[in-house]
Amino acid sequence: MSTGSRSLATTPRGGPLARLADFIADFGELLINWVTALGSISLFTGRTLSWLFTRIPRRETMLPNFYQVGVLSLPVVALTGTFIGMVLAAQSYSQFKMMHLESRLGAVINLSLVRELGPVLAATMLAGRVGSAIAAELGTMRVTEQIDALSSMGASPIHYLVVPRFLACLVLIPTLTIMADFMGVAGGAFYGIVMLDIDWHHYWANSQHYVDLFDLFTGVFKSLFFGAAIAVISCHRGFYCDPGAEGVGRAATGAFVHSFVVILVIDFFLGVAMDNVYDVVWPDVFKSL
Amino acid sequence: MVAKAGKTNEPGQFLVEIRDASVGFGRHEVLRDITVQIPRGETLVVIGESGCGKTVLLKSIIGLVRPYQGSVLFDGNDLSKLRQQELARERTRFGFLFQGAALFDSMTVRQNISFPLREHTKKPADEINQIVEDRIADVGLPETVLDQKPVQLSGGMRKRVGLARAMAMNPDLMLYDEPTTGLDPIMSDVINELILRSRERYDVTSVVVTHDMRTARKVADRVIMLYPLGRLDEDEPQMIFNGPPEDIDGSGDARVTQFVEGEAGERLMEMRQRGAL
Repeated sequence: MSTGSRSLATTPRGGPLARLADFIADFGELLINWVTALGSISLFTGRTLSWLFTRIPRRETMLPNFYQVGVLSLPVVALTGTFIGMVLAAQSYSQFKMMHLESRLGAVINLSLVRELGPVLAATMLAGRVGSAIAAELGTMRVTEQIDALSSMGASPIHYLVVPRFLACLVLIPTLTIMADFMGVAGGAFYGIVMLDIDWHHYWANSQHYVDLFDLFTGVFKSLFFGAAIAVISCHRGFYCDPGAEGVGRAATGAFVHSFVVILVIDFFLGVAMDNVYDVVWPDVFKSL
Repeated sequence: MVAKAGKTNEPGQFLVEIRDASVGFGRHEVLRDITVQIPRGETLVVIGESGCGKTVLLKSIIGLVRPYQGSVLFDGNDLSKLRQQELARERTRFGFLFQGAALFDSMTVRQNISFPLREHTKKPADEINQIVEDRIADVGLPETVLDQKPVQLSGGMRKRVGLARAMAMNPDLMLYDEPTTGLDPIMSDVINELILRSRERYDVTSVVVTHDMRTARKVADRVIMLYPLGRLDEDEPQMIFNGPPEDIDGSGDARVTQFVEGEAGERLMEMRQRGAL
């Protein structure tokens, strides 16, 4: 018996079957973790939505979150939006000039901005500036037992901490998106018309011709999903943060990384879906605008 | 002594009953088959070394942690079977002083203490302010701290504000998690006095988790001692002492004596064997 145990302990596990078994075990564990995480975030979202429709938080709880998400994010969104518009103009100009299509630059810049770059940029800024802060704040509250303290006093941490942040992200991200769109369009026009000397009439005429109101609607509509995803992911990461400073740090970075990945995935699927339903959902009366 | 409306002190009635409760996190079991009954008005002190499950026991009493086996009854209700709103209502009958006080950083002291009153009562602002001022006076702090943020306070002051917040709703059951940990001996004695005074003034039932024997001897009507499961065989009970504080010195259990007298005993030998000493 003892000889057998010794031989088992000293024999290295290196055969192909053992490696396959290890791979299956690792893959199984990964799969279980993914399903558990998905279940956890689904329950968390369900509880948030259930509280959202049960009782709206008090004004004094909501206002600081709206200020943090909306007012304090505006300058950085406006600044980055402006530069994205100018970068697009600067980078695309030479290619368009080669084909003598520089007057079409406005259409390309503005279409890219209102459909894709504006919403994604506003969402990325929100995830970086607000999402990480939410995860770090809730994570710190978790490790210092403030979330337990809320529960112990009969208050729902979801209602008190998550719902206001969720509402702030959901309601204000369209505003940030429109700001990013506007500043990007202005930045692109400034660089194209003033610095690159593109004829302003053709620049705007082409923009008006190619950029539909539906494009603007698509961008703003997508942003609602981005805002909801950022709020849920960031709050969830903070809420179930691991102990210690390391746990809070991981929650903050994880909130941004996961939010960013989910933003791009949602962007792709919603972008394709919106293209397909264009004729169905968009009344003809708007197409002439 | 201020008798509270609706509070009964019928003999034989337990405010808290823990029945064969086992609590674990994943594969890690922390509490096993714990049975404790706490009569109304009693101050129960739970002692034991770090990691033995004292805080988990405290959190399972208020329903922050749920046993996977057995039950915890508060005033006859199994908290794990209550709906969310009923549970929230029952929790207003608890006061919980957390180890680090767990004051809300973003709020002032006044907002912290008034939080449960604003959440659960429709009292006018003046009345709430009066209660806040009474509670802050109860814990011996000046009213000037009311408009300060928790980060501006010392550890002892934070604990006292935490105690004032826990007492704001005039609870039936006070739970204290390591109330004197990290405090100097004088401040520890102040906290012990406040625990005693809360009981005398508000007729509150209390559970105090501590590893400070001075606190245990001073405030306890009864002491229980838990032992870490990792050091026990499967059939050994986790609760190794249950009795009045005056009996603890003569318990006859070497593990209890070691803890009470603060002797490392076999732990030193284990560390030597591992080469740590």
